[in-house]
Amino acid sequence: MAGGLSAELHGFQAVQRLAYECAETVAAQLRPGTTEREAARAMRTEAVERGVRDWFHLPFAWFGDRTAFAGFKLPTQFFPTNRPLEPGMPFILDMAPVHGGFTADIGYSGSLGPNPLHDRLMTDLREHREFILHQVRQRRSLRHIYEDVDRLMGRQGYENRHRAYPFGVIAHKVDRVRERRWSPHIAGFGTQSLRGLAKDALHGHRDGWSPLWSRYRMSDHPPHPGLWAVEPHLGFRGTGAKFEEILVVTDSADPEESAFWLDDELPHVKRWKEAGLFATTKGEA
Amino acid sequence: MTSEPRERLVRSGDIELCTVEYGATAHPTIVLVHGYPDSKEVWNPVAERLADRFHVVLYDVRGHGRSSAPTPLRGGFRLEKLTDDFLAVADAVSPDRPVHLVGHDWGSVQGWEFAIVGRTEGRMASFTSISGPSLDHFGHWIKQRLKRPTPRGTAQLLGQGAKSWYVYALHTPVLPELAWRGTLGRQWPKLLARAERLDPGAYPTDSLPQDAAHGTWLYRDNVRPRLRHPRDDSYAHVPVQLITPIGDPFLSPRLYDDLERWAPGLRRRTLPTKHWVPRTRPDQLAEWISEFVTTHEDGAGPSASTAANGAVRAGSGAGGSPRRARSGRPATRSARDKAAYAERFAGQLVLVTGAGSGIGRATSFAFAEAGACVIAVDRDAEAAGRTAELSRLVGAPDAWAETADVSDEQAMEKLAARVAAEYGVVDVLVNNAGIGLSGSFLDTSTEDWRKVLDVNLWGVIHGCRLFAQQMVDRGQGGHIVNTASAAAYQPSRALPAYSTSKAAVLMLSECLRAELSAHDIGVTAICPGLVNTNITATARFAGVSDSEQERLRARSSRLYRIRNYPPEKVADAVLGAVLRNAAVVPVTPEARGAQLLARLSPKALRAMARIDPPL
Repeated sequence: MAGGLSAELHGFQAVQRLAYECAETVAAQLRPGTTEREAARAMRTEAVERGVRDWFHLPFAWFGDRTAFAGFKLPTQFFPTNRPLEPGMPFILDMAPVHGGFTADIGYSGSLGPNPLHDRLMTDLREHREFILHQVRQRRSLRHIYEDVDRLMGRQGYENRHRAYPFGVIAHKVDRVRERRWSPHIAGFGTQSLRGLAKDALHGHRDGWSPLWSRYRMSDHPPHPGLWAVEPHLGFRGTGAKFEEILVVTDSADPEESAFWLDDELPHVKRWKEAGLFATTKGEA
Repeated sequence: MTSEPRERLVRSGDIELCTVEYGATAHPTIVLVHGYPDSKEVWNPVAERLADRFHVVLYDVRGHGRSSAPTPLRGGFRLEKLTDDFLAVADAVSPDRPVHLVGHDWGSVQGWEFAIVGRTEGRMASFTSISGPSLDHFGHWIKQRLKRPTPRGTAQLLGQGAKSWYVYALHTPVLPELAWRGTLGRQWPKLLARAERLDPGAYPTDSLPQDAAHGTWLYRDNVRPRLRHPRDDSYAHVPVQLITPIGDPFLSPRLYDDLERWAPGLRRRTLPTKHWVPRTRPDQLAEWISEFVTTHEDGAGPSASTAANGAVRAGSGAGGSPRRARSGRPATRSARDKAAYAERFAGQLVLVTGAGSGIGRATSFAFAEAGACVIAVDRDAEAAGRTAELSRLVGAPDAWAETADVSDEQAMEKLAARVAAEYGVVDVLVNNAGIGLSGSFLDTSTEDWRKVLDVNLWGVIHGCRLFAQQMVDRGQGGHIVNTASAAAYQPSRALPAYSTSKAAVLMLSECLRAELSAHDIGVTAICPGLVNTNITATARFAGVSDSEQERLRARSSRLYRIRNYPPEKVADAVLGAVLRNAAVVPVTPEARGAQLLARLSPKALRAMARIDPPL
């Protein structure tokens, strides 16, 4: 990866940074009393101001114990509510904009003021980022990696909360999307992106792989080349934390080239670097 | 530092009050006020425990102990006069700084009066109320229920009405005095010792007949006028901590339901005991008083009082405060449960074995969230350390990890000694460590049997034996929870060894419960059922090859995962069981179903036992 990114990867990197910028801007504006809806709307406005016209999915915002999806039974519960933010509350901002035909899907976790428990979860996410990359480079079956991530979470004392996502995915493929003048969305998801995902699913079904990385049999295959938005999500007694970013998988024989995180300059990674937790992997990547 | 108690007489009008002080006067002053029929000596065990950190003051209420009595008695015990007494004592023992007041029974009734009336403002820093409501609040409580006689309100009213029988008796002229000076006074120490399981002989003092006879005027002078015309502005002007013994035969815990209205930021604590808490639970009392006093000593305002109440916050991890109904109680059921756990377990010492994963870990976290100090014990030091660390993050004031194999008698003895020396006597012990073993009886080797019995049964025996002894020696109650299993009453051809071990744990718990009830120590057997933990991933399947072993583990883990009953719910059942002192608690619906079937139709259960589970 040291050799530099291709133009296409630059495009993905740019939109991923754009999305994180939006999330950071909105996170800095959060105040006690801000509701999830207001936060989601602000993210959308920020992204539109930066030229976003289409979405893989519209922004989500979860506050308080909704960061751990406490009591989620219906998919509608993912949508932003009128829950107000309170001091010390954890929050997650999640958005997937399409810009210039490139898609990114990001998740930004934080808390309004100090929350030592949330800090601990964020720190513990680092191990997952390293572990997933290492395992993908080993070309292990995605299903097995999923289960190992589960075990790692169990050892850490946390619950796997990405199992609450649609199809219980820890990651899904993202791709280029053709830019149209009119880009409608269904239930918060862009139709163009959904089409891409459905196409992948169809191809994958024939060739024995799946664009959705889950614990099920359909994911019992080695990592498929492409871009994966990986989103391990930890939950612990009403506090949740996640990151979401793009993992590039190629069919290169060189392990370092075969898989790498698209960008190491993201808020959560910077955080670990500042805390001196990232020294080991920097050399690796 | 002067730790010897110092006695002196304080003048209040015509009355001389006998006052005893413990500890250095430079420390924050705590005044302990006794109830009826008591004298200041009722507080001795608590005062001794507080004396190293505080300046503790006890005094005999007028007409009691070595204080003089007013003449005439009638009208001499009005709350206004008792307030004079308190102010006189406070001025004498701590002229420059406000004092922290703790009252038990009538001491608490007086304390509420002091906390409400304006002239004590600036002389009081905090108030801890034990078993004694404000007569004004009590009056409002009765009025409200008479005005809107809902079935529940009426039941509460009748319940408290029956509990107050002695109040009516004390209003009859002369007879109570005769009884106290006669047979009742002679028999009282024995009656009290029997009812409260106290050490006979240590208390009460010889002045009892006289105290009790004088004290009847406390009732006659105050109860009727105050209950008839409760004041509408009876708001406390100091932070209040309410300690409620839930087994109190004289006062219903329901009396305090609306108390947040009168004392904003009220901190609640509950104790599973009867009325004479200063004698039966001095350790716990001293700890709660000391914590509350320390919080409110450094001139901390109401914000600090809510911070101290942190453990009561519903889902403290979520950082949200519980939505409270107008009455001040949390609105949702889970928030109410959480508040009840915090009231009961805050500051208690809880030891959990097998705390490195699954139910043990979840139980540690649940106790930690309720504000208890947790000792996480596991074979795996790293896992135990992790549990302790996260426990601190979710709200445990302190948490420690200890490494021990429960099946190892010597290791357990060492653990018990270390715990007693470093952390104290545990209040709640959870014997949870266990291992799984599946396979037919004929495939199970004696080695397999030994292993499963060593951990599942001997582990529990060691835990109970060592820690129950410490609890009994302390003599202040406690609780033991043993993790049995639904397999304890549900036979199965697939789990002969495991079920046997768990059935033994169940019976051990029941026997122990019978034995320890005399010491106020509760014993609970928890029967979880199929819970999504890693017990399946580490279980042994007897009589199969290694590869088959792995396959079976994966299959059973998958089955448990699909069932997906979270260990957090079992932890919740554990806390609930300790709170209610339940004997046997099946948790999952299938565990409850099996328990019901075992009673209704054991034959059906036996038929089910023949089914080979599809793995």
